[in-house]
Amino acid sequence: MRAGYRDSEVLRGIDVAVRSGEVVAIVGPNGAGKSTLLRVLAGLLPPHAGSVTLDGREVASLDRAQLARRIAVVPQVFDTLFPFTVREIVALGRTPWLGPFGTLGRDDTRAVTRALDDVDASALADRRIDRVSGGERQRAVLAMALAQEADVLLLDEPTVHLDPAHQRALLDVIVRLARDRGLIVLAVLHDLNLASAMATRFLVLRDGAIAFDGAPGEALTRPLLRDVFGPGLDVVTHQGRAFVVPDGEDARAR
Amino acid sequence: MRLVVVFAVLATLLVVSAVAGVFIGAVAIAPGDVLAALMGQDSTAGTIIRELRLPRVLGAALVGGALAGAGALLQGLLRNPLADPFVTGTSAGASLGAVIAVAAGATATVVPLAAFAGALVAIVLVWRLARLGGRTTVLTVLLAGVVLTSFTGAAVTFILVSSDRLALRLRAVLGWLQGGVSVISWGELAVASLVVLLGIVGAIFVAPRVDAYAFGEETAATLGIDPERTTAVILATTALLSGAAVAIAGLVGFVGLVVPHAVRFLIGARHRRLVIASIPAGATVLVLADLAARSIIPPAELPVGVITGLVGAPFFLILLVRSRRMIV
Repeated sequence: MRAGYRDSEVLRGIDVAVRSGEVVAIVGPNGAGKSTLLRVLAGLLPPHAGSVTLDGREVASLDRAQLARRIAVVPQVFDTLFPFTVREIVALGRTPWLGPFGTLGRDDTRAVTRALDDVDASALADRRIDRVSGGERQRAVLAMALAQEADVLLLDEPTVHLDPAHQRALLDVIVRLARDRGLIVLAVLHDLNLASAMATRFLVLRDGAIAFDGAPGEALTRPLLRDVFGPGLDVVTHQGRAFVVPDGEDARAR
Repeated sequence: MRLVVVFAVLATLLVVSAVAGVFIGAVAIAPGDVLAALMGQDSTAGTIIRELRLPRVLGAALVGGALAGAGALLQGLLRNPLADPFVTGTSAGASLGAVIAVAAGATATVVPLAAFAGALVAIVLVWRLARLGGRTTVLTVLLAGVVLTSFTGAAVTFILVSSDRLALRLRAVLGWLQGGVSVISWGELAVASLVVLLGIVGAIFVAPRVDAYAFGEETAATLGIDPERTTAVILATTALLSGAAVAIAGLVGFVGLVVPHAVRFLIGARHRRLVIASIPAGATVLVLADLAARSIIPPAELPVGVITGLVGAPFFLILLVRSRRMIV
């Protein structure tokens, strides 16, 4: 698959198959095409060549509502100016299931309740989305995507506004749901250590092409990281797990 | 429960204010005579009530309801609590359409349609401009509105001055343009009501899908909205409502902005209930504003747009200051 924008091609030679239950971390340096890949997978950006298929069906042949019942995207930007409650935000996830008159049925209410439970946000349900903390808001937006009851969950930097403990908690929820419900999860992540802690598979992008596709442990090696990200990174092992750290001397000493 | 109470209170307020609008006026008419006039009694009072006050009150209600409904939709689409038909230049576009139609000698039936066409061109332009650079900000929407309003203002003045047909009734046209509901016939009212009704049905129908725009157009798409089709429906509905409002009363500012904003505080942000509640609330506000417009300096009657401008503009300023964080 190749894809990009009007005057530039960002992705080329992308050939990937993902199975249900897999949690794929999409990593790579800035500008490698991670977000573009996610937009292509979400059906927001039609590929220049090749195709994206889901259970053998071309994503391009589905209309937006059909697509949204299969693929849910957790938005990165989640500011809203209007005083929706958390429950109302989560209920937006039922949009692709709405009938012509746009009213919520019993199935919709059940899905919303379950999604709130999944992310442990039931207690927040009636609070205003603009009055909860950043971590709570991120959980609400994740619940919105879960309420779509899709098979594929796409996330772009889901932890970007969160402190380390909340990052970990959010990713734990995602991993648990992927395992329990057989979801396909693809997440763009910048934090390589966090990515290796949650993902079952690493997809490393460099200049719009796949530089590595395999197990996290095999991805976090010094040669690969230097090759993809450039110098300045090193890998250390702690209790059998590989961790990425800044290389060499302390920057303050330079 | 709270929702039912709010709807009931709004409906009651609308009825009460409409009754007040019919019973109170520059010419004092005893309540008994007003009732007799409404029953069809032939008299001077009957003419005043049936041909002046009643259409005027209904006209004001239609305009207020239409503008508030349009404002609720526009705010949702643009994710901008400062948007309404007036500040986005939609009303100005509608007024240009209406003025062109009148100058060309169109009948009263055609004027609302021309206003609709003008509103549609304007709102589509603003929508396009607001999206330049990928993201819609409050500031670009307001700037696009300013540009559009000054352009259409100049064009309207040009037509007013150069058209012999309009020059003869410049005063009446200017009164209408400033937001006057004073000159309105039952025929014009009937056409406008049909257009507004169509707009209201469209607004209530599309409203749940407007909710999905809360995180922007791209997220609306991933939530299953077909952004192009839904946006087109929203824009067309807004243009219907604003066009009808402008055909009746010219440029009435800020009702479409203030009313949904206030209603949102009462019943939350979901757009179907917001639209349904904003319509009677807007109607009430404009009926009362019109009552004030013809009572403040009797026997002279101000255009209702003067009242909404005097009250609404400072309110807009307060909102602008409070929302400064998200302007750029």
